[in-house]
Amino acid sequence: MKMAKTDLIGGSLWEQYSSVVNDRIENPRHMGEITEEEAERMNARLIIADFGAEVCGDAIRLYWAVDPKNDMILDARYKTFGCGTAIASSDIMAEMCIGRTVDDALNITNLDVERALRDDEERAAIPPQKMHCSVLAYDVIKKAASLYKGVDMASLEDEEIVCECARVSLGTIKDVIRINDLHTVDEIIHYTKAGAFCKSCIRPGGHEKRRHYLVDILNEVRQEMENEKVRQEIGDRSFASMNLIQKHRAVEKILNEKVRPSLLKEGGDIEVVDMKDGEEKTQVFIHYLGSCAGCPSSKTGTLAFIESFLKSELSDIIEVIIV
Amino acid sequence: MDPAVKEAMDPFFSQMYGNPNSLHSFGSEVNPYIRIALDRLYRGINARDEDDIVINSCATEGNNTVLKGVYYDVIRNSEKKVIVTTQVEHPCITQTCKFLEGLGARVKYLPVDEDGIVTPETLEKQIDTDATALVSIMWTNNETGLVFPIKELASLCRERGILFHTDAAQAIGKVPVDVQETPVDFLTFSAHKFHGPKGVGGLFIRNGVRIPPLLHGGEQMGGKRAGTLNTPGIVGTGVAMELAVKYLDYEDTEVRRLRDKLEDAILSIGGTQVIGSRRLRNPNTILVSIKNVEGEAMIWDLNKNGVSASTGSACASESLEPNPTFVAMNIDEDLAHTGIRLSLSRFTTEEEIDQAAMIIKKSVERLRRISVSNN
Repeated sequence: MKMAKTDLIGGSLWEQYSSVVNDRIENPRHMGEITEEEAERMNARLIIADFGAEVCGDAIRLYWAVDPKNDMILDARYKTFGCGTAIASSDIMAEMCIGRTVDDALNITNLDVERALRDDEERAAIPPQKMHCSVLAYDVIKKAASLYKGVDMASLEDEEIVCECARVSLGTIKDVIRINDLHTVDEIIHYTKAGAFCKSCIRPGGHEKRRHYLVDILNEVRQEMENEKVRQEIGDRSFASMNLIQKHRAVEKILNEKVRPSLLKEGGDIEVVDMKDGEEKTQVFIHYLGSCAGCPSSKTGTLAFIESFLKSELSDIIEVIIV
Repeated sequence: MDPAVKEAMDPFFSQMYGNPNSLHSFGSEVNPYIRIALDRLYRGINARDEDDIVINSCATEGNNTVLKGVYYDVIRNSEKKVIVTTQVEHPCITQTCKFLEGLGARVKYLPVDEDGIVTPETLEKQIDTDATALVSIMWTNNETGLVFPIKELASLCRERGILFHTDAAQAIGKVPVDVQETPVDFLTFSAHKFHGPKGVGGLFIRNGVRIPPLLHGGEQMGGKRAGTLNTPGIVGTGVAMELAVKYLDYEDTEVRRLRDKLEDAILSIGGTQVIGSRRLRNPNTILVSIKNVEGEAMIWDLNKNGVSASTGSACASESLEPNPTFVAMNIDEDLAHTGIRLSLSRFTTEEEIDQAAMIIKKSVERLRRISVSNN
C-alpha cells in the first residue's frame, strides 16, 4: 500500500526503477534481429512476431529461432519502440524465452518479467504506473507462439483479462466481489491488485481504452447479487413450506422494506417478539415502540396496514397479534 | 535561479526575518523592501499604481483565483454563465474549468489553427457580451512555446466589455509583456519561470475589476490574498523580474540564435520535425518529434548524458488521447509519442549547445537501433 506521505512528496518515476532495469535500458543484451541465414545455421525456424503500434506508444517485434524437432527456443531477440521500462522488459523477456520450449514460454507472464527485473524480492522493479509497459512483452510471446503453432492468437487466451498489469481475469474479479461482498472499486483494487497499476481498467478515460472496466463489473455484479438476494429470501418458495427461522427472516425483510420506513417517519417502530407456527396460521407477535405505542390507530389502522403487507407479500396464513 | 536573486533574498531568511505587516520595528524595517520589490514587478509588466499585483504562491493559484472568483461573483449571480478558454491551456486552467462546470458554469474550449495558434477570428465567433463571463487564454503555450496574439484577443474582449485573463507563466522574460499596451483584466505568472524562487507567483488585476479572494482571513495584499507575506520570495521575485526584462533583448537575439543553432542541428539528423514556426515561437523553446524514437526513452538517454529535456509523451501521462495542438496542426498521430521539449535560458552557452547537439544525435542513433524500424 502506498502511504499518503509518499503521495504528498511525489517524485520521479525513474528513481523507482531497480538497478537491473537501469542496466537493461542502457545495455540491452538481446536487442537486435535474427536473420534467415542465422536461423538456418541453427537449423531453426525463424518466427517474427509484431505486437502493438507506434500510434499507441508501444510497439515490439520479437524474433525467435525455434528448433522444429523439440520446439526449443534457441535464440530470442527483439526490437522495441517504447520508453525505458519497455526496453528493459523486452530485454529480460527475450532472455527468459531462450532455452524454453514454445509451450513453456507461453507460461511467462508480465508479472514474471517484472519479478526478473527486481534487485531484491521485496521491492518492485518499476513503479505501478509503469507496469503496463511489461504487458506488451507478454502479449508478443503469445503472438510468436500462435505464429509458430499456426493457430489464432485468441485460442491461446484461456480467460478474459480485465487488468493486464496484474493479470486479473473477469472471472476472478466477479468471484472476489461475491465472496467478499465488496461494495467499492477501492476494495476490488485492494483484494485483487486489478487497477492498482496503470489504472486504465478502473473506469473509461484512463491511459488506454479497455474492454471491461471495474466500475461496470462492480455495478453489474452488485445488481446480480441484489436480484439473487431478493429471489433467495422470498423466492417462489411458498411461505408455508419454510421453517420458523426462515419465516422470521422473510417477515423481518418485509417489515424493513415496506412497513418500518413509514412508522419511523412518525417516530414509531415495531419489534417482532415471537412467532408461532400453527396448523393453518402463522402468528406474528409484535410490540409497538416509540410514538406507535400510545397511538389510537395502533390497534386498528396501523395493525391492518402491517398485516396487509405481510399477507400480500408473503402469505394469507399470517396473523399479526399485538402484545 | 539567478545568483543575484538568491543574494537579494538571503538577508530575509536571517537578520531581516521580521513580519512586514507587524507594528514593531523588527517587522516594519522589512516593509520598504516589499515596496521596492513591488515597484520592480509593476515596472516589469508596466502596470499602473492604481492596478493590483497580488503576490501569491504560483500561477496555478492566480489562475484558480481568477476562475473561481469570476464564478462566485459573475457566473453565480448573473446571466453570464460561460467561460471561454482553449483546448491547449495548462491543466490548472482546464481542470479548474472542469470543476466549475460541475458547479454550473458553461465552458467553451477553443481549438488552435493549423499554425497551433488561437486566432481572434475563432474567439470572435464564440463570445457574447450577454453570456460570456470570462475569456481565459494563455499568452504562450507551455508545450509548443507558440506565442498567441494576446493583444488582438484581449482587445476583442475589451471592445465588448468582457473580462479577459491571460496565463503569462511562459511569457514573462521570453517576450515583452505590457499590460497597458495589451488590455488584459487579469494576468498571472510564476517567478520560477524567469529564474526567480519557486513557490512565488503574481496576479495582476486591472484597476476597477473586482473579484473575491481565494484565501480569506487576513489583510495582507490589501485583503486580496490572506496569509503572511513570503518576504524573501517577494524580494527575489522583484529582482528576477527586473533581470528578466533587462535580458529580453538578449533572449530575442542571443538565446534565439543558440536555439536556432540547436534546432538546425536536430533537423539535420533526419526524420525530425519541429512543431510550430520559429517566427511564432518563444525564442528559447524547441518541441521536436523524432521519428521512431519514443519520447521518454529519449529523455532517459539525454538525462544520462547530462541534458535535461522534458516530454509531453503519453507513456508517462494519464491519458493516451492525442494532443489537441498536434491534431489541429495535422501532425501525424505517431508523433504523439515521439515529442521532446528542449528549453534554453540566458545562462545557456554555445559550448552547451554544441554538446547537446552531439548528445542528441548519439541518443537518436542508439534508440533507432533498438526501435522497430519499419513500423
